Amino acid sequence: MKEILIDPITRLEGHGKIDIFVDDDGEVADCFFIVPELRGFEAFCVGRPVEEMPRITSRICGVCSEAHHIASAKACDDVYHVEIPPAARKLRELLYSAFFAGDHMTHFYILAGPDFVMGPDAPPAERNILGMIHKLGIDTGKVVIGARAAAHDIVKILGGKTIHMVTALPGGVTKGVTPEERAELIDRAGTLLEAAKFTIDILNDVVLANQAYLDLILSDTYTHRFNSMGTVDENGHLNVYDGMIRVVDADGDQIVTYHPRDYLDNIAEHVETWSYLKFPFLKARGWTGFTDGSDSGLYRASPLSRVNAATGMATPLAQAEYERYFETLTGDASGATPVHQTLATHWARVVELVYAAERTMELARDEEILSPDIRTIPTETPTEGVGCIEAPRGTLTHHYVTDERGILEKVNLVVGTTNNHGPISMSIKKAAQGLITAGSEITEGVLNKIEMAFRAYDPCFACATHSLPGQMSMIVRVRAPDGTVVSEVRRD
Amino acid sequence: MTIEAEPITAAPTKPKLALYWAASCGGCEIAVLDIKEKILDVDAAFDVVFWPVAVDFKVRDVEAMDDGEITLCLFNGAVRTSDNEYMANLLRRKARVLVAFGSCACEGCIPALSNTTTRRATLDWAFRDSPSTDNPGDVRPQTQTVTEFGTLELPEFWETVRTLDQVVDVDYYVPGCPPQAHQIWAVLETVIDILQNGKPLPPKGSILGAGDKTCCDECPRVREEKRITGFVRPHEIIPDPDTCLLDQGILCMGPATRSGCGALCVTVGVPCRGCYGPAPNSKDQGTKMVAALSSVIDSQDPAVIEQILDGIVDPVGTFYRFSMAKATLGRVNLEGSSPGDTEREEVGL
Repeated sequence: MKEILIDPITRLEGHGKIDIFVDDDGEVADCFFIVPELRGFEAFCVGRPVEEMPRITSRICGVCSEAHHIASAKACDDVYHVEIPPAARKLRELLYSAFFAGDHMTHFYILAGPDFVMGPDAPPAERNILGMIHKLGIDTGKVVIGARAAAHDIVKILGGKTIHMVTALPGGVTKGVTPEERAELIDRAGTLLEAAKFTIDILNDVVLANQAYLDLILSDTYTHRFNSMGTVDENGHLNVYDGMIRVVDADGDQIVTYHPRDYLDNIAEHVETWSYLKFPFLKARGWTGFTDGSDSGLYRASPLSRVNAATGMATPLAQAEYERYFETLTGDASGATPVHQTLATHWARVVELVYAAERTMELARDEEILSPDIRTIPTETPTEGVGCIEAPRGTLTHHYVTDERGILEKVNLVVGTTNNHGPISMSIKKAAQGLITAGSEITEGVLNKIEMAFRAYDPCFACATHSLPGQMSMIVRVRAPDGTVVSEVRRD
Repeated sequence: MTIEAEPITAAPTKPKLALYWAASCGGCEIAVLDIKEKILDVDAAFDVVFWPVAVDFKVRDVEAMDDGEITLCLFNGAVRTSDNEYMANLLRRKARVLVAFGSCACEGCIPALSNTTTRRATLDWAFRDSPSTDNPGDVRPQTQTVTEFGTLELPEFWETVRTLDQVVDVDYYVPGCPPQAHQIWAVLETVIDILQNGKPLPPKGSILGAGDKTCCDECPRVREEKRITGFVRPHEIIPDPDTCLLDQGILCMGPATRSGCGALCVTVGVPCRGCYGPAPNSKDQGTKMVAALSSVIDSQDPAVIEQILDGIVDPVGTFYRFSMAKATLGRVNLEGSSPGDTEREEVGL
């Protein structure tokens, strides 16, 4: 038996590692995706005043602090049984949509794009955002940087800070917008929308026009038939800010649609000895181990699964892209047949990017955001509440129980990346099995292609572990049984 | 290893810069990127030899360097695991100037609130007691798991969160959660100037990238230091937009917090929680806040004072929101009042 340890560069800085065991014939015998970190947020938030939670839990992750801040504020509203004013809701959603678009841009260009623009086998020194800009031209770089800046500006205007925003609290938001600020919001929304359209062109020209990439996306190595989770509005359209949680099976048939408050009736988390991160599963199916298919308890919560779980998009450009996506990948533009190719997640992310940018513009143009009525003072006795939001990496749930003064007694968090722990493990294993075969040389390119299986999920270990440390880069190392390093690769 | 306050002259090769994240959320890294196009000036002035989020160099590259070979290391994140501690020691040896960058490295930040509970309570809640956990056999993650094909390993999870200077010698501090981009650039610009023009370094232990007053000094609100008769929580009132939040009875950590952020939170109607660390000439943020409050509470009667202070619902978690690891009260051990204790069953979650 030979052990190939694809490891973060030893235990010294990694927060995710892959152990692949190869048998004497050189075939993959087993594979484990391990998260060697643990969070402590749930325990140390007990005793804190619940209204402080949006500002405390944002520190779970500096990359998607907005998701935690707003999910937390929604849970606080629920704890106090308070309905927030319409303008407050729109301001929260506006901020969140801009953040969401910016985050998807970052992933598409900086994390995932290089694999496709430069090629999965390109030298690591070129396989990065700088290599991409060199190849696609400086204008591409300007679009990416401009869109990131636009999203940050919107977050700063509405949230008070670009990282760890502070304005959402039980009953609404502390800051409205002036007409001058609204003009800025519309301007920045325009930048995001143009960047989203530009990204469709890049996707077409660079990825879809290349048959080799299409073949890679459609290959069995990167395909798994999982159940799909996502938030939908009253029309069944994909929503990233609010709605009901819908789960469909591998054939697209509904398993359940539930209100966030009922999450405990619908999902649970399994524990293994070899990872600090738990494995969520559907209660309707039970824990079925590492299996896929409609009967499995595992589900994905990602751009891919959200687009599968929805019946369409609420904005025109996103709907057009949604139809083209399903037409290309399943032959059925209606979206009734789910897509299961893990690498298609990148395209689903573009569908969501377009939606988030369009939604940002809709809300920025909405006159109601100028209303000064942005706070409802809670008057009910606080008890218990749940807040959900679609974090870029999956459905995020905050659940609080307080005493009659609003002091926290219990805190439970199920975060985006965690939902995907089981599917990520299986996707990596299948890719490893497809790519490491008897007698084949394990090149850096092979390792990168294994990494591509989990990169598609955009896993965020800071979030998943609520953990300290929270590192999203992954350094992988292949070791022979005697400890010699065969080769090494990293995800930055 | 210490550094003297003597000029570091620019060598023929560019000075070397390292950035590292230990126990952190990643926000400090994004804050560095938020200096936007000035990142190109940084790139021009330094060889970036280690920066896991952005540059492809490895720990073994750092291990192979001579001691002191890195000119400047910005270290963000607190220290919770042996991995964090190894990296802190390694970068201390390799860097001539080691900077505790951001609130986690300086004071422990939000992660150090974990020092108010225990490792056991944290693990019990995560793997046994949380309502979504389905674990009838009480399976726990193990440092070693033997499988059919080989052994899988996990690191130990430590009891206490520590700051960088509780582990190694630190030369300078840059506070903030996260440090604001304009302050980061001010620090880097100063360092570049020192390196290129042979100027002396600031005194060891200096706090860089922040002001020398309190958050109140930057606050646009008018403070009359009114005597208050009771506290209200931030969600309970809509405060007047122009007057001091503390004057309005909202507990605001401004008087106990160092200036430098630009009073961002109070400007948008939200009280300061102290992320820029203790005010100048104050080691302990909580003690400083208690002193500040004593001058605004409108009573001399101990019973009335106590009643007013009862309106502060979470004094420890508020006064030390960002500085628990540095609190002089030490490790708060609340065994029995955290999730995982027997009272847990009484609340139907």
